[in-house]
Amino acid sequence: MYDNYVFLGLFLIAAISFPVLPLIVARLIRPKRPTPIKQSTYECGLEVIGDFHVQFKIQYYLYALAFVIFDIEVVFLYPWAVAYPELGMPALFAMLIFLAILAFSLVYDWRKGALEWI
Amino acid sequence: MDLVVQIMFGVTGLLILGAAFMVVSVRNIIHAALWLITCFFGIAMLYLLLQAEFLAIVQILLYIGAVAVLVLFAVMLTRQIDDPDEPVLFQRWRSTLLITAILFAAVLVPTIYNHNWLIFADPQPAFAGPRELGFAFMNAYLLPFQIAAVLLLAALVGAIIIAMEDQEQRRVRVLTLAEEVALRGEREPSPPTRPANPQPASSSSNPTPPPAPEQAGEGA
Repeated sequence: MYDNYVFLGLFLIAAISFPVLPLIVARLIRPKRPTPIKQSTYECGLEVIGDFHVQFKIQYYLYALAFVIFDIEVVFLYPWAVAYPELGMPALFAMLIFLAILAFSLVYDWRKGALEWI
Repeated sequence: MDLVVQIMFGVTGLLILGAAFMVVSVRNIIHAALWLITCFFGIAMLYLLLQAEFLAIVQILLYIGAVAVLVLFAVMLTRQIDDPDEPVLFQRWRSTLLITAILFAAVLVPTIYNHNWLIFADPQPAFAGPRELGFAFMNAYLLPFQIAAVLLLAALVGAIIIAMEDQEQRRVRVLTLAEEVALRGEREPSPPTRPANPQPASSSSNPTPPPAPEQAGEGA
């Protein structure tokens, strides 16, 4: 019953080793001669100004929140899509109402200017 | 095969516990958020071990995908709070640990004794996959399903109202509908002129018809 997960585990191992293995190999074979100028923070070739802790604008948080809302919508769509072939037309209308309510939130976002990147 | 499952369960449990410990003990708050994502991932693996594939997908999609983004954004919204002189453990952590351990044990110990643990030895086929959930959403739970959409709508609208309040001037009190309309009519020709505090007495009592710009603008 867990046979399908063998492939998943193999994929997981491959996915982890893909970035980790080159890092380990690079650590083993690279020459290590650090200087202060090499160790300094690289920021587009400019001198680093100020602290890296900059307070975000709250508008950016709205993007994240909108993403969460529509991510939840996907979670609702998934079981509906699986059951849809046996449910037929009424399910389509029910889901259209659901989507219309959520589309209204997107329209509200847009009209309020919450989607403008400041 | 059963041994493999048991080993996987042990590894997953250690991953969850270790990640959860790192969340509360690591100094850098962004690292704590990343450890929290690791903890979520471990819980998704736990769901897979319980053959709840849909829950595992939801866990990865919502918790690792969305909630993690939300947590990271919330961390970036805060000011600098990781003072290097501030200890990670606060002063009375021993007594706090004792109280929480007792409370946790008070719930967990009776559960461990009363629960029928042998149920996992004879695994049943999953009875609630996405197909059954889809049927339930479209038949018995159609109304809660639509209310969930309204709830999500309310969450987003509320967040926008709270966030956009900073852009406009903060209002002293909630305006009546007539005042709101009057204010909007006044703002259309010249947007920046706006009274610092809207007058409470003069304009709230009269039911102003919509085109009455001079009623609400007197405060300036």
